[in-house]
Amino acid sequence: MPCIEAHGLRKAYGTTVALDGIDLSVEEGHILGLIGPNGAGKTTALNAILGLAPYQGELKVLGRDPWTERDQLMRDVCFIADVAVLPRWLRVWQALDYVAGVHPRFDRAKAEAFLAKTAIKRGSKVRELSKGMVTQLHLALVMAIDARLLVLDEPTLGLDILYRKQFYDSLLNDYFDRSRTIVVTTHQVEEVQHILTDLMFINHGRIVLDCSMEEFESRYLEVMVNPEHVPAARALKPLHERQVFGRSILLFDRADRRELAALGEVRTPNIADLFVAVMGNQPGTPQGAVI
Amino acid sequence: MNTQSGAMSGSSPGANEIPAPPTPTMPTRPMYWSIRRELWENRSIYVVPLVVAVVVLIAFLIATIGRAIVIVDPAHKAAVLAERNHFAAAAMMAAAFIVGVFYCLDALYGERRDRTILFWKSLPVSDLTTVLSKASIPLVILPLVTFVVVVAMQLVMLLLRSAALLMSGLSAATPLSLEQPVILLYSLIVLALWHAPLYAWLLLVSSWARRAVFLWAMLPPVVISVFEKVAFNTSYFQSMINYRLTGFAREAFAGGGHGSIDSLTQLTPGNFLSAPGLWIGLAFAAAFLLAATRMRRYREPI
Repeated sequence: MPCIEAHGLRKAYGTTVALDGIDLSVEEGHILGLIGPNGAGKTTALNAILGLAPYQGELKVLGRDPWTERDQLMRDVCFIADVAVLPRWLRVWQALDYVAGVHPRFDRAKAEAFLAKTAIKRGSKVRELSKGMVTQLHLALVMAIDARLLVLDEPTLGLDILYRKQFYDSLLNDYFDRSRTIVVTTHQVEEVQHILTDLMFINHGRIVLDCSMEEFESRYLEVMVNPEHVPAARALKPLHERQVFGRSILLFDRADRRELAALGEVRTPNIADLFVAVMGNQPGTPQGAVI
Repeated sequence: MNTQSGAMSGSSPGANEIPAPPTPTMPTRPMYWSIRRELWENRSIYVVPLVVAVVVLIAFLIATIGRAIVIVDPAHKAAVLAERNHFAAAAMMAAAFIVGVFYCLDALYGERRDRTILFWKSLPVSDLTTVLSKASIPLVILPLVTFVVVVAMQLVMLLLRSAALLMSGLSAATPLSLEQPVILLYSLIVLALWHAPLYAWLLLVSSWARRAVFLWAMLPPVVISVFEKVAFNTSYFQSMINYRLTGFAREAFAGGGHGSIDSLTQLTPGNFLSAPGLWIGLAFAAAFLLAATRMRRYREPI
């Protein structure tokens, strides 16, 4: 049974279409990166999956309808939103008490053990913690819940590089166990590239790219073309071309690796470069759109 | 998913593959913890009654010392003191009403404004539990707090009065009658039931409004009243609102609640419970709370 299954998922705010009938299937045990520019529909999609907003179309999460069964669904789903949403008046011990009091799958000892590794004091209010510490606290709460699906919406926004690295390390080492599913959206694509099993690009409410990371690695190749070979490389219909230090880097979809190797140095592109290439070919997107 | 289990009825139970065996779950009490969480966030629920109690007690202390010196006639003295007690209880109830009103206005609006609704909704607590826990603050928690504080306050007042009388060379004050707490409890229950639709209305507006909750809560009654007055030169709606605010006095107490209530014989619970106004009000309260529950599901952070 897929963890998330959507058919024709659609959502409009007035005349603005945020989700334009997307189909989506996420298998259990996968880590899906949902990548898209601002306003692409990522958060709308996640809100629908979490039962936070109404939608049109068919959607099942862990076999449940998130809109009508949110409270039941949340026994198996955890969620960290894009901005710090922990109440500022909440004290750390209150957060632990409350989640332990309402969540049947919360392992308090685990949360305490995680917090013990941080500088967070039990009596502090959330407002007294730094942004990084608030994220640590939220992560401690979430990781102590034995959930089947974890949804992260820009979880590391505004954090410094140390906290960001720590966040994903904790997630992989202490949380992910191959039976759990994680859906993550982020602008810091390069930080999640190594942890993803699946990749999805979304723009203007539509899915632009949907592939596994294995497929991504075998399908897309980037060549730093030697100047004399540029015309030959262009003849092979690259997806995208950019200049770095006066040299051309061409990105190919489903090209012959040996053929490309003759033109220059071949490597797997990073997601950000593919993103720019794919989005750049989309109508209505400015070249070099901010990821 | 389980279609195979019928065909495989002869096999051992272990052969029937069920994904993800249920993990042991801890017993939870969402309602209890939701109310605890409201008390953590809104300390005014118990701080305001305590502050009012302390202020009233200090004023009472000054008045008692003054009267102990000035008033000579013991009967006169006792009568004045009894009146003060009523005023103290009434002041506490007024304070609780104000706290309840402002609590309700913010209850479902504040969590959307500061986006914490995303955190609360990420936990397995239903919208109904949340709305009911919030409604229980003005309907159950505030009356309970008021009861405890008023009874404690009256005990302290009794001690002060006794001390004042003894120092004046008179016999100690009359012991606290058991009737007073009963009357107080009755009054608090009457008030909570009678005002339930008001609180529920405020919660509904709080769950719906994007800004200016107080304004939106006040606007419809004012507009309807003015419209009725101008269009038909009548004021049925206005008198309905007045009845909702103060009508409990004439339904629940003999003599319309005028003057002081000292005896259980002045309570008319039968009359109160058979008043259509009570049940119509409760029906509205239930409808408003259900609407607020639905609204909380639809509303996104502001």
